[in-house]
Amino acid sequence: MNIDDLNILIIGVGGQGTLLASRFLGDVALRLGKDVKVSEVHGMSQRGGSVETCVRIGKNIASPIIDRGMADVILSFESVEALRALDYLKPGGLVIMNTQEILPMPVVSGTATYPENVPERLKGGNFRVTALDALSAAEKCGSVKCVNVVLLGVLSAAIPEIPAEVWNEALLSVVPPKLLDVNKKAFELGRGI
Amino acid sequence: MLKLLLGNEAVAQGAWEAGVHVVSSYPGTPSTEITETLAKMSGVYCEWSPNEKVSAEVAIGAAIGGGRAMCCMKHVGLNVAADPLFTSSYAGVNGGLVFAVADDPGLFSSQNDQDSRFYALSAHVPMLEPSDSAECLEYAKKAFELSEKYDTPVILRLTTRVSHSRSPVEAGERTPVPKKPYKKDIQKYVMMPGMAKKRQAVVKERDRILTETANEWTRLENPGRKLGIITSGICYQYVKEVFPEASVLKLGMIYPLPEKAIRDFAATVEELLVVEELEPYIENFVRQLGITGVEGKKYFTPLGELGTEKIRQAYYGTVTPAAKTGEESGLSPDDAPMRPPTLCPGCPHRGVFYTLSQLKLRVTGDIGCYTLGAAAPYKAMDACICMGASIGMSHGMEKAEAAARAEAAAAEGAGAGTSDGEDNVPGTVAVIGDSTFMHSGITGLVNIVYNKGASTVIILDNSITGMTGHQQNPTTGKTIRMEDTYPVDLTLLCKSVGVNRVRVEDPFDLKKFRKAVQEEIAAPEPSVIIAQRPCALLKGVKYGAPVFIDTEKCRKCGACMRVGCPAIIKGESGMRIDRSLCAGCEFCSQMCAFGAIRKEAE
Repeated sequence: MNIDDLNILIIGVGGQGTLLASRFLGDVALRLGKDVKVSEVHGMSQRGGSVETCVRIGKNIASPIIDRGMADVILSFESVEALRALDYLKPGGLVIMNTQEILPMPVVSGTATYPENVPERLKGGNFRVTALDALSAAEKCGSVKCVNVVLLGVLSAAIPEIPAEVWNEALLSVVPPKLLDVNKKAFELGRGI
Repeated sequence: MLKLLLGNEAVAQGAWEAGVHVVSSYPGTPSTEITETLAKMSGVYCEWSPNEKVSAEVAIGAAIGGGRAMCCMKHVGLNVAADPLFTSSYAGVNGGLVFAVADDPGLFSSQNDQDSRFYALSAHVPMLEPSDSAECLEYAKKAFELSEKYDTPVILRLTTRVSHSRSPVEAGERTPVPKKPYKKDIQKYVMMPGMAKKRQAVVKERDRILTETANEWTRLENPGRKLGIITSGICYQYVKEVFPEASVLKLGMIYPLPEKAIRDFAATVEELLVVEELEPYIENFVRQLGITGVEGKKYFTPLGELGTEKIRQAYYGTVTPAAKTGEESGLSPDDAPMRPPTLCPGCPHRGVFYTLSQLKLRVTGDIGCYTLGAAAPYKAMDACICMGASIGMSHGMEKAEAAARAEAAAAEGAGAGTSDGEDNVPGTVAVIGDSTFMHSGITGLVNIVYNKGASTVIILDNSITGMTGHQQNPTTGKTIRMEDTYPVDLTLLCKSVGVNRVRVEDPFDLKKFRKAVQEEIAAPEPSVIIAQRPCALLKGVKYGAPVFIDTEKCRKCGACMRVGCPAIIKGESGMRIDRSLCAGCEFCSQMCAFGAIRKEAE
């Protein structure tokens, strides 16, 4: 991937830790000496709503927002959120998605339906898909809260242009020291997928 | 050192470097992190005030006393602080005084989409608008200098995309600024008509001088092109991407606007555009200057936020092609079900709204997490306007009903048409949070008592300011720096203003809570129910293991679905609990008549 013009859209459900993921990527970009802008969502959507964060890395970034058709990567923390964000992906782009399903309230209360087999059905499109059960992977590492770091591990493997030590340094600076071991494990597990 | 800071963090950094002494704010998305960041820095006094008006008054006092002071708020907070703002414009300052105000174009977390630039215009207070985090730092710093140089409060205007975007910032060191000496000057600081009239003239002259200064706050890029664009704030960033070839006049001071710079710029281009979010504030000014051919809102919607995509589409009509699902998948992004925000698993408000929806009461609502009680499945809210409004509105609703009844009774000759003491109209309750009650609910309660109302108010006391991300408030017993302080006792407070019926109830004890609500709405006098249970996201709140549904006992009746908890899921084979979401609060177990919902072993 071109790390001088790299747009990553992170999408998930409020409370899943998308903000840590975007801070992590921002930190990676700074370590690479790149310009970077990260657009976060705070406030109401964090209460279980759909939460989008944009990370733009390159030489001279002006706008912090990713438009439709502009993302190189969609990093989705939840199955149907990947589908929701798809308009933002470039043709030929990459979707990295957690297959976990968190039912939105309209589905829970029966006024909307949750589409079936989203990861499988996404695979026939004009883009690439890496789907994994990041929740089970995180549980295996010792904490369900590490879903975000597992997914970042997967992302790191998709961007070989960024050296492993940069990722590791960023992890060190973003994650609280007492949670470092669990998160290191989660990152390596994701990176190996 | 190069840091990746939020716009809000950069404002804090700038204020800190400028030697700010006193910061007083009320939390409000998207402004909250400015004060939270400053509270972690040394050398600054920081506090959460009960509301924005108080915070502005604290900052004004600190500035008149000679310190550098700042108050931070969201756009609707400026409505609350507008009274002190307008007159502090007359009185001026001593130490530098900055209002950091964050608008929320697109209403990410707000009840309206107002454009705060008009406050600067009508209060005659200079306003600066940064376009990224580096400028947030720079402008925050310069705002204090500007304030002291021109003897005026200064507004730093932010928008959500500036406040909540991160970009690289070169953070510096704090330059300690000694407090200025305070000198009594009643002509300047005591705003009675005689003095204020004189100050009005001073303000007009200040405006005139600042109109010149505003020219120094402009930057001309790519001069000499056919297309020229005037812009400021986040829109400047969008313009740089959509119109890389255009001449750009970037404005840093947006009140007063730089007359000369705009005239000069307009004279050099063939086509003139203004790109700004919300109202045509700059565009109107350009038109007032008599400059013809300027366009802005003809292309760019005044609704919500702009962005490169909207601007490109509005002006060029082009859309970037996006990835597509395969046709055989039968799936498109439109098939993704909506995911609105909801009350969290374990949320104490769930008990209140479940009860109110069961009792089918008319509910006046307020601003906070509990506004989500308006959503399905509770739909237990009828109106929500602004902070503190629920209490006044419920009083008004009941008075309208009582007045109509009294008039009808008088018309029938059934006795006197007075409503004294007889206007208890059961069926309406006001709901308000603990922090919001302290913000501006208490005055509404005083009004009910004073004017012989009989409303029932439920204070949803979750021991924290929730929606903005857990800020302390006067009822929590902690300051912004987590020092112990006196916690306002809500029961005593309500009793002291004359409410005789005040009771504390647990909203998770459904039977008892329901009875309490029924009794209080029937009472012919004002009453307050303090629904007390802490926010489930607070660190000290531990409910332990999640619950599970015993499939042998479950009759699939769906009663548990009525509590609207995101962790309870209806599947083909009946209900189940999503372990990763369940808070373990066991609220839902009260719904099950068959004892099928039980706690997992710890």
